[in-house]
Order: sequence, then structure tokens, then C-alpha cells
Amino acid sequence: MLSKRLIACLDVRDGKLAKSIKFVDTKDIGDPVEKAREYYLDGLDELVFYDITASSDRRRIMLDVVEAVAEQVFIPLSVGGGVRSVADATDLRLAGAEKINVKSAAVLRPALIAECADSIGNQNVVLSMDIRRVAPGELCPSGYEIVINGGRKPMGIDALAWALEGERLGAGELVVNSIDADGTRDGYELKLTAMISAAVRIPVIASGGAGRPEHLHDVLTEGKADAALVASMVHYGDYRVSELKRYLHDRGLKIRMSW
Amino acid sequence: MAIIIDYDAGNLRSVQRACHEVGLKADITADPERLTHAERIIFPGVGAAGPAMRSINANGIGEALKAAIARGTPVLGICLGMQVSLEHSEENDTDTLGLIPGQVRRFRFDRSELKIPHMGWNEVRVIKPHPLLSGIKPGDEFYFVHGYYPCPSNPDHVFAVTDYEVEFACAIGRDNYFGMQCHPEKSGRVGLSVLERFAKWDGTC
Repeated sequence: MLSKRLIACLDVRDGKLAKSIKFVDTKDIGDPVEKAREYYLDGLDELVFYDITASSDRRRIMLDVVEAVAEQVFIPLSVGGGVRSVADATDLRLAGAEKINVKSAAVLRPALIAECADSIGNQNVVLSMDIRRVAPGELCPSGYEIVINGGRKPMGIDALAWALEGERLGAGELVVNSIDADGTRDGYELKLTAMISAAVRIPVIASGGAGRPEHLHDVLTEGKADAALVASMVHYGDYRVSELKRYLHDRGLKIRMSW
Repeated sequence: MAIIIDYDAGNLRSVQRACHEVGLKADITADPERLTHAERIIFPGVGAAGPAMRSINANGIGEALKAAIARGTPVLGICLGMQVSLEHSEENDTDTLGLIPGQVRRFRFDRSELKIPHMGWNEVRVIKPHPLLSGIKPGDEFYFVHGYYPCPSNPDHVFAVTDYEVEFACAIGRDNYFGMQCHPEKSGRVGLSVLERFAKWDGTC
């Protein structure tokens, strides 16, 4: 039986680890390569790097970070942030990323998903979605809307419809990131995650809001997620990766416990 | 020193990095000539069976690989590189190399909660000893990403199995050929240990 995955997300800005709260006020908290190695040795199942570097001329730094991590971390590595073309995806893959995350650029130009899927394989294309709660209406009947540009720009696109469209276009996996929950440490948005996970046949990674171990348990059970993504919980040293996995395992979830 | 076969099928550098981590020097090449003199060969692969076999047939890799196996060169197939060792794949209805008798089939589930591809960490359960699996303990997990799985027709060729609705062969082998459905290069230290043993394997089992 497949194990539930624990994934750590490292937001990287100009080659340094950053963490945002509700997508504003980011601050640097350390060396991403060092953190990646530490989590890997502590049993992490998968790593996600998100490049939040503002200026495009500094993106080369990100490729160096990915390359340095790939040299010493032997678990799946997923990278995103500013991927606009198959060429961007290919550069990151050559640097050592297995999976490529597409987000804003895919909302603006959905064909990007299909192009990447054709070029690097469906299983390596992750569609990452920033989603906020709205009153259900004609544009967003599910009550959830897609936003882009780090949560600043609402798109009037229904999140559930976009998840299904992403799957149809060839995404191999979805990240469901709740803007409302992000950085709050109050728990994942369970209803949203469960709604999307039940509607698609590709794996769903829950993101945004993890603060306590029970939040992970809740989203992997009630939230029907295949994987839980954490950031600040582990970055600031509040919890160790192995400790979270032990907790989930002891609560009866199938978790990889030997590494 | 190992040769990693390049046939336009994915994560070759991940495999190379993992080999280096365990002290196995590995060169990536598309030149079938180099298979002739290789001390050991890794046949990796991510992608679809149809295009992979076209690429393998077009540049003579298939024949060179068969010749190397006949000479006793230790060969490790990974994921798609393992799947093409059987006789036929349902993926693109493709005839494959036929090193191991059997078929590659697609996962078909009626239970809607099981997702395809089978992606993530799952237990590799050793059912028959093999030198490359000697350190694998019950409960050890590997990373998988695949929508098709191997079905060798001779149970003697199956060394380990994994459950994903069906129980399928995740490690198969015959003489000096060994193949895994999972990715040892992405399976942490448990995975690296397989590559470490491959680096020293003499091809007997």
C-alpha cells in the first residue's frame, strides 16, 4: 500500500531560504541546501523548492541551488516558481529537479501544462494552485477562486474547474494551496482539499496552514490528501520531520518509517 | 566504472549522481560501442515504451545490450529501462527486448480512490534472495512512479513484490540481468544501498 507523503517546501529568494506569511513580509531563514540535506537525513519523503526571486536575472542562482541539492539529496525533488516555458522546465530538470511545478503562468496560458507534459512526462508536471475562499457565484460555483502572482491577483476562475482542467491537460499531480490558511498555522483547509481530491484521479498535495501534527493527520484523512506539505513547522525547529512522521504513523497512517 | 545508457528517456543525471554518491563512477553515453567494453551497465528510463523502443532500435542499443548480457556483464534496469526487458508492453502496444519472458500491463482499477500513476513510496517485499537486495528489510520502502507494471511469466524471475491493489513484481532478474520498477536513485539510503551492491556485483545470483 502506498504511503502518505510528507513534503517540505523551501521558498528560495536570491538563493536563500525565505518564509512568507500570507504571501507578504518574507524574511530569510537560512541556507536551503543545508536544510534540504538535514530534512533528507531525517526521513523527508519529497522536497519542493519554490523560487520567489523577483528579478529574472538572478534566476541562475536557483539553478545552482537545485544542482547543489540534487548532489546530496536522494529523494524526489520538485521545483517551481517562474516556470513559463518548456525551456524553463528543461533547465530545472537538467539541474536535477524531477518534477516541475507550474502555477501563475499556467493560469494565464493553460497550454503550458500540456506542453510540459508532452516534453517531460505527465508524472513530472505538478500544477500548483493558489486558492482563496469566495462566496459561491456564477464564476466560482465551488466557492473557491484561483489567484495568481503570489496571491495578489484574483482571476475569476473556479478552483475545482481549474483542477479538472489541469488534470485533463496532463498535470500528474496537484498542489492545493489555501491562501486563507497559508501562514496561519491553524490547519489546512480540509473542505477545499477533500473536494478537489475526490474530483480528480491524480495525487493531491495539501498546502497552507500546517501548525500542529494533528493538522497533517486531518488533511491526510478527512482532507483526502495524498501528501501534506509543511514549511514553517519544520523550518523554525518547532518540529522535526521524523517526529511528524512518527506521530502520523502512531495515529495509524501508512508512513515510510525506515530510511 | 559503469555505463549509463542514454536513449532520450529521462533522469540520467539523477542516476549518475546517485552512483557517484556510492562511489561508482558512471558515464552517460548513447554509443552502443561502449556497451561492448562496459564493466557494468545501468539502463534507466522515464517515459513511454513506444518512443523508448524506437530510440533503442534506431541506434543499435538493443543489440549491444543483448550482446553484453550474453557476455555476462552485470546490468541493472530501472523503471522503463526494466519494463523494456520483457517481451511486450501494453503501453503503445510495443514489442520490447524479450530478455525476460512476460508482459507489461497497465494498472486498471474500478475502485476510484486509487490513483494512477502509482506515485510515491511503497514497500518492496523481498520474496527470494538476490545479492542486490541483500540489505532490504521488511518495511523498507522505495519511490515509485509508473502507470504500467511488469508481469514475468516465470515466477523464478521475480525477486520482490509490491502491493498497489494488485500485487506486482517490482524486482525481476535473470542471471546477470536485474531490474527494478522503483527508483533506487530517489529512494534515500535504502535505494542507494542497492546501487552500492550493484557496484560490486559479479552478475551471479
